[in-house]
Amino acid sequence: MCLGIPGKIVSIVKAPLRMAKVSFGGILKEVCLAYCPEAELGDYVVVHAGFAISTLDEKEARKTLDYFDQIGDQQPKVSS
Amino acid sequence: MKYVDEFRDPSSSLKLSAAIADTVSRSWSIMEVCGGQTHSIVRHGLDKLLPDSVSLIHGPGCPVCVTPLEMIDAAIHLASRVDLIFCSFGDMLRVPGTNQDLQQAKAKGGDVRIVYSPLDALEIAKNSPTQEVVFFAVGFETTAPANAMAVYQARENAIDNFSIVVSHVLVPPALHTILSHSDNQVNGILAAGHVCTIMGEEEYVPIANQYGTPIIVTGFEPLDILQGIYLCIKQLERGQANVVNQYSRSVRRHGNTAAKNMINEIFEVVPRSWRGLGKIPKSGLALRDKYSEFDAMRKFNIKTIPAIEPEFCISGQILQGLKKPPECPMFGTVCTPEHPLGATMVSAEGTCSAYFKHRIPLGECSAI
Repeated sequence: MCLGIPGKIVSIVKAPLRMAKVSFGGILKEVCLAYCPEAELGDYVVVHAGFAISTLDEKEARKTLDYFDQIGDQQPKVSS
Repeated sequence: MKYVDEFRDPSSSLKLSAAIADTVSRSWSIMEVCGGQTHSIVRHGLDKLLPDSVSLIHGPGCPVCVTPLEMIDAAIHLASRVDLIFCSFGDMLRVPGTNQDLQQAKAKGGDVRIVYSPLDALEIAKNSPTQEVVFFAVGFETTAPANAMAVYQARENAIDNFSIVVSHVLVPPALHTILSHSDNQVNGILAAGHVCTIMGEEEYVPIANQYGTPIIVTGFEPLDILQGIYLCIKQLERGQANVVNQYSRSVRRHGNTAAKNMINEIFEVVPRSWRGLGKIPKSGLALRDKYSEFDAMRKFNIKTIPAIEPEFCISGQILQGLKKPPECPMFGTVCTPEHPLGATMVSAEGTCSAYFKHRIPLGECSAI
């Protein structure tokens, strides 16, 4: 129950609770957006027990990926 | 950006692995808290990418594993009643109680239904107004907002045939128990990224300070975990003990405020027994008095009876990181996911289950 998987919001219904259809690699699930009021169509959200618990931040994700590149730059010998 | 493949790049894994090896100068033990992280480590063989001097200790972060036996027994008792519908997350169905599990209660005629979300259980209650519907509300801080919302919506919509059995647990008190144990071997911690997505990172600062233990809030993909280990080792080598957020694409400093507010509206902090760890003060959640009408234990007058764990199962020591599955003589022989003896083999997130699934070569399993 605790495994949170990122999925993409493909549609949003606003009543009574704000609900979305979220695609997990093509498999669609109904997800409650009550805790992610900022989430919009096309955003990726982390889903737990039928609730989106965060909207993934692309800028922060890119920073993390850049960090991996930087490691490679600092330590050229390791990739050999 | 799909937030999965980007964080599984094998060449970056090797770079991080080499950076860890270049940084480490002595032996360190790092505990990953969450069962989801344990599975990622074992599934992707991340521990095999580390130098021998770095060992990973698998922590207690599997809600299925730590739900106490007496609560499982109470759930089975309720599920066996003919006058109600019992709803649960699927992974609780095969957790062994003292005499049987929920799956067996269902086979004997109990109306046990698997739901994906507590809102599904609420919907069943709404559509079956003449029947009582009980939901088994277990989990860490990650599932608490979902369960809280179900209760809130039940009140808002006057759905009075809905109630929950609450067995919620909280991560920080368990870390205190582990780090203050006289046999503690944990030098650094990878905190559970999704628990921190809800709660934020601040409640880990006093723990890092008190025990001198660096805590890295870490995600679940292979590169997240390797980066978490690297950041932890860097601090350990420098003698630092700070809280650092590796999983910044999901975790905000203060967590998810809307979710935290709903948890506080519905639940209060109480002492809670953990399977394998015993009773821990302030380590669980229970319904506040003003929502007690939704407490199934009260509604159906269920009293828990202290239950005794099987002596031969070492899941308690596994949950504290004191032992690993292959050290158990029952592992993979008498105890398998098909016939689990203890909590850590039952859940897909359990450490024994992860080792069984990913570490026993085909043909070496003598399951009976």
